[in-house]
Amino acid sequence: MLDLLKGPVLTVQDFFILTGTAVRNIFRSPHYSDDIVLQMDAIGVGSMPIVVLTGFFSGAVMALQMSRALAQYGQVGRTGMIVAISLVRELGPDLTALMVAGRTSSGIASELGSMKVTEQIDAMRALGTDPIQKLVTPRLVAAAVMLPLLTIIADFVGIFAGWVISVFFLNVTTRQYWSSAWRALVWNDVAQGLVKPFVFAFVVALIGCFYGLRTTGGTQGVGRSTTQAMVTASVLIFVLTYFITQIFLYASSAQM
Amino acid sequence: MADPAPPILRFENVSVVFDDVTALSKVSFEARQGESRVILGEAGSGKTVLLKAALGLVKPTSGKVYVFGRDLTTMRERELFEIRSKIGMLFQESALFDSLTIEENVAYPLQNQKSISCPPDQVRPRVEEALKFVELGGTLAKFPSELSGGMRRRAAIARTVVTNPPLTLYDSPTAGLDPITAYTIMELLIKARDVAQTTTLLVTYRYQDGNLVANFRYNSEQGRLERAHNGDLGNPRTTFMALRQGSLIFEGDQHSLEASADPYVNKFVKKHS
Ligand SMILES: Nc1ncnc2c1ncn2[C@@H]1O[C@H](COP(=O)(O)OP(=O)(O)OP(=O)(O)O)[C@@H](O)[C@H]1O
Ligand SMILES: [Mg+2]
Repeated sequence: MLDLLKGPVLTVQDFFILTGTAVRNIFRSPHYSDDIVLQMDAIGVGSMPIVVLTGFFSGAVMALQMSRALAQYGQVGRTGMIVAISLVRELGPDLTALMVAGRTSSGIASELGSMKVTEQIDAMRALGTDPIQKLVTPRLVAAAVMLPLLTIIADFVGIFAGWVISVFFLNVTTRQYWSSAWRALVWNDVAQGLVKPFVFAFVVALIGCFYGLRTTGGTQGVGRSTTQAMVTASVLIFVLTYFITQIFLYASSAQM
Repeated sequence: MADPAPPILRFENVSVVFDDVTALSKVSFEARQGESRVILGEAGSGKTVLLKAALGLVKPTSGKVYVFGRDLTTMRERELFEIRSKIGMLFQESALFDSLTIEENVAYPLQNQKSISCPPDQVRPRVEEALKFVELGGTLAKFPSELSGGMRRRAAIARTVVTNPPLTLYDSPTAGLDPITAYTIMELLIKARDVAQTTTLLVTYRYQDGNLVANFRYNSEQGRLERAHNGDLGNPRTTFMALRQGSLIFEGDQHSLEASADPYVNKFVKKHS
């Protein structure tokens, strides 16, 4: 039994060591700012299209579904509120992170994994660079900046999509929609909506790096790491969103 | 000829164990200034791990590795960078950075190695010089994927020698190359060794490579290899080592290698006719 647990415990421990080193490196020289910019472009700008699309359609589908439920109480006018709350608190951060995990975590894992199996990581160390400083830290910083921004974009696009549906299909007026959406949001929602993507950025960037750097066994191993990174990152996003929601609920009820 | 200088590289009972694989088991040897060592061994015998241990890329499970008289096994990664800047390593599959051009690859050690501190305006000339050395001028702007296997190997050699390291390690430089390209590569290695008088470790499974290293030297006037006269660059300067499942089972000069009765060692010796 203890032997069975040893593997996973060591893996988690290694992950936290990588996290610690990557974070500490932010404050140590040398700083590879070129790599940060490059990664911001790859993670942020590269993910824009899928984030906009998922944001739009999740907002639209939320409006359609919720308006039916609200109609039973004669409250279709509150569609804006439901769309705004569910997007800003939950769907925006989660779906954005999932999309970026699918694209970025797996991309990072396969890139670093190929570098590992072709000895480029060893070559880096042999030639005077710390691979964590050069490869992991820039990806972490880029994700931590870009994921909250992408989430904000997804939130806005989704709320906009909800407006399109409401006005054209649900006979809700523009004014009704926006005022109920706007009034629904409180500081707690926005905080939650920004803390989540920030935490998910660590998951997306570091899980990708972690599995990439652990790759062994040639090209087959790269494929394995890529899948593992994507699956682990996605599952962690769901687990973490639950806990963050709990913490925020607890904090807001304690305030009252 | 007594040599009182301390060894450049010294392994003391080095063992490396990965999970359940013993990659090196109690390996001890030393390489002196200017010496060439040819390391023979079949696939998986621990040749690459031995070179990586010499660079501090792999930490020995037990034993000590001394490079330039300093014990690598007690050093932290950041301290190792200084030692590594004096060692050139050619990795088995070249290990050029795919995302960088050939010029950026060769410039990498000049710009990143600790204690090299090459002034920025000197980088380009030195890169060009190193690429000319491997007869690969005119590829500066190309990416590694645009070059043939032999050219990649040569670009990697340029990256290895651009800092003029006093100790160079070559991991299977001729593997997977046709005989003519392989000869060109060996010519370059011997040229690099003889021009700068470096200490050289060469991993290979081609006996011809070892034979060239042991018996030939670079003639800079004619620009090609020539057979060294006995005693001039004779056998004492080149030592052969054979690894088998992580153990050093043979160490000695070419004569004793060829005279060895061990069938494993014999497998690597092709009598040249
Ligand atoms: N990072 C590692 N993790 C686990 N096992 C490893 C690792 N590196 C090497 N090994 C194992 O150590 C042994 C020696 O490997 P090494 O790469 O030194 O062989 P080699 O002599 O260079 O072989 P080849 O001629 O195929 O390059 C092999 O059994 C290999 O599987
Ligand atoms: Mg090898």
